[in-house]
Amino acid sequence: MTALRAEGVYKVFGRRPAEAVRRLQAGQTRDEVKDHGTAAVIDASFEVADGETFVVMGLSGSGKSTLIRMLNGLWRPTAGRILLGDADLSTITPRDLRALRQRRVSMVFQHFALLPHRTIIDNAAYPLALQDVDRTERRRRAGEALEMVGLAGWEDHLPSELSGGMRQRVGLARALAAGTDVLLMDEAFSALDPLIRREMQEQLLELQQTLGKTIVFITHDLNEAMHLGDRIAVMRDGRIVQIGTSEQILSDPANDYVAQFVADVDRTRVLTARSVMVRPAAVVTTGAGPRVALHEMRAAQATAAYLVDRDRTLRGVLRDQDVVAAQRAGTESLVDLTCDEVTPVHVDALLADVFAPSAETPLPVPVIDDRGRLVGVIPRVTLLEAMSPPVVEPSSPDPAPADESAAVPA
Amino acid sequence: MSATDLELRLPLGDWVEAGVDGLIATFGGFFDLVKTVLVACFDSLELVLATPPMWLVALVLAAMAFAAKGWKLAVGALVGFVVVQGVDQWDNAMATLALVLVASVIALAIGIPLGIWAARDDRVSRAVRPVLDFMQTMPAFVYLIPVVIIFLTGAVPGIVATIVFALAPGVRFTELGIRGVDKEVVEAGHAFGSTPGRILRQIQIPLALPTIMAGVNQVIMLALSMVVIAGMVGADGLGRDVVSALSRVNVSLGFEAGLSVVILAIYLDRLTSALADRSPVARAMRVTAA
Repeated sequence: MTALRAEGVYKVFGRRPAEAVRRLQAGQTRDEVKDHGTAAVIDASFEVADGETFVVMGLSGSGKSTLIRMLNGLWRPTAGRILLGDADLSTITPRDLRALRQRRVSMVFQHFALLPHRTIIDNAAYPLALQDVDRTERRRRAGEALEMVGLAGWEDHLPSELSGGMRQRVGLARALAAGTDVLLMDEAFSALDPLIRREMQEQLLELQQTLGKTIVFITHDLNEAMHLGDRIAVMRDGRIVQIGTSEQILSDPANDYVAQFVADVDRTRVLTARSVMVRPAAVVTTGAGPRVALHEMRAAQATAAYLVDRDRTLRGVLRDQDVVAAQRAGTESLVDLTCDEVTPVHVDALLADVFAPSAETPLPVPVIDDRGRLVGVIPRVTLLEAMSPPVVEPSSPDPAPADESAAVPA
Repeated sequence: MSATDLELRLPLGDWVEAGVDGLIATFGGFFDLVKTVLVACFDSLELVLATPPMWLVALVLAAMAFAAKGWKLAVGALVGFVVVQGVDQWDNAMATLALVLVASVIALAIGIPLGIWAARDDRVSRAVRPVLDFMQTMPAFVYLIPVVIIFLTGAVPGIVATIVFALAPGVRFTELGIRGVDKEVVEAGHAFGSTPGRILRQIQIPLALPTIMAGVNQVIMLALSMVVIAGMVGADGLGRDVVSALSRVNVSLGFEAGLSVVILAIYLDRLTSALADRSPVARAMRVTAA
């Protein structure tokens, strides 16, 4: 099910937005239409599935903040459609929009946006007060939300008494208390220091496991995007340049800009065994004998073969010298010949977790699925290759994203 | 060579005079109504302040100071009021206080809504700003002339002139305060489905209240600074004694009346500042410092 859909959305600020959109649609660039207005978002189309965490990533000025504000109608698109469930935000009446915001979509803000003169519980209960929920019920549900984010016991304090991380927990609790399916998070963790930020990311992932909300998360931090996002949209100068999973964006960047952007990412913490594994060269089933195993190895020019059951469950690894010795000794069964120097890895394991098994043996590390079946192998050379980013042209005119951490959030 | 020799003189003054005449002819009934209402307000307030014995009123005012700030301000106010009584200016001071309060309340009743409107609409803001500049910088004596023509002498022209002069900070501070409210918090109001009216009541006004209260304080101070001018057009109070002291070159009377104005001013200033500090947002902010 699609929770949220954007179709060819434009947002232009300035004197003649409609004219600017017409020219952009005719193929003019953002700079060429500058006289007619500032194009914040250009031709954005995407879908967010129910329960998905969709991250929009870009530097300041890339239009991501404007984009998220169109998803709950804080801005109206200049052109294009935004569909929240079956409601069309581009034509909705103010009254329906308010009802939609109360029931369907809530928001977490970069600088928390709490009411300084109200207590923590009243802040968390704010959306419920707007929904005209009665006072006891309001306090109960707000209290539950605060407990979820680990702020039980702080109900009667004021926001100014809390640290930044705790205030954002209140912001999160407020959005959760609203009870909406869709959660918009606008640079929600960007104002927090790195350790607290990491903690909040973990907490969000944990909450998401039980709550299964549809989340649109805005960030300028690529690592945060990769950590949280089921899918990531990379924005640049108002356009979405690529949408994909973190692995797709890392291993197959749509252009030089994205490639440069992802160059500094610790790829081993994003890529999984699945994305780099190759077909095993030599595989023998448990029914075969040493002769077959040697034949397989000779044919593949390999020094080892992987021993599997009939249903491809991995039984172990056979080294050439062991099999040769077994053949001389006349042993028929291969099962007892497997060596124990190779540890298989799971297909969803991060590459960072493949290093240790790979270091123990010169042989390719076998990759298994949930049922222990052999699905591929990772030779050490493949692993090393995967760590270095795709080659980027050094003469690329794209600005390097090196100043990204210092960038002022949009 | 003066401008008249060239016959290029702009008859701006004549036009304004004709305009004032036209105003009186058209809105005479309205001005009578305004006058009646203002007289009623002023008289009843003065009655309340001046009829009871001095010590009772002084104690009530000191009690308000105690409630707003603390015993120091209350004691200080009491000492000041005794001094005012000691120089035989108590009745005048109460008349002045009545005039200042009536003028300030009306100035705020116009100024705060206008400031809110200006904060929400840039066009209103652009239209209002030069008018406020005009009202604040035009010498008060100048617009006193049409006011006297319309309302003759007494407390009413004094009140009207004071309202005109004191209105501007009420509008300006309110607009500044509302515009200064954290955009994200207002956005949060919208994002959770609040109506514009509720956002104004629950977010914008409470968060702007410290600034608005500073505007209230300024309105009262400016109103008080007009008492001498009000005295010139015959309003009862400290102003009239200052004016008569000036015309008779009477240093002692001038000083006593002037000092009473200062005491009243300090009392009202401290009281309204204390009220500003007691707004929920200001209190919430202090918790951080503690």
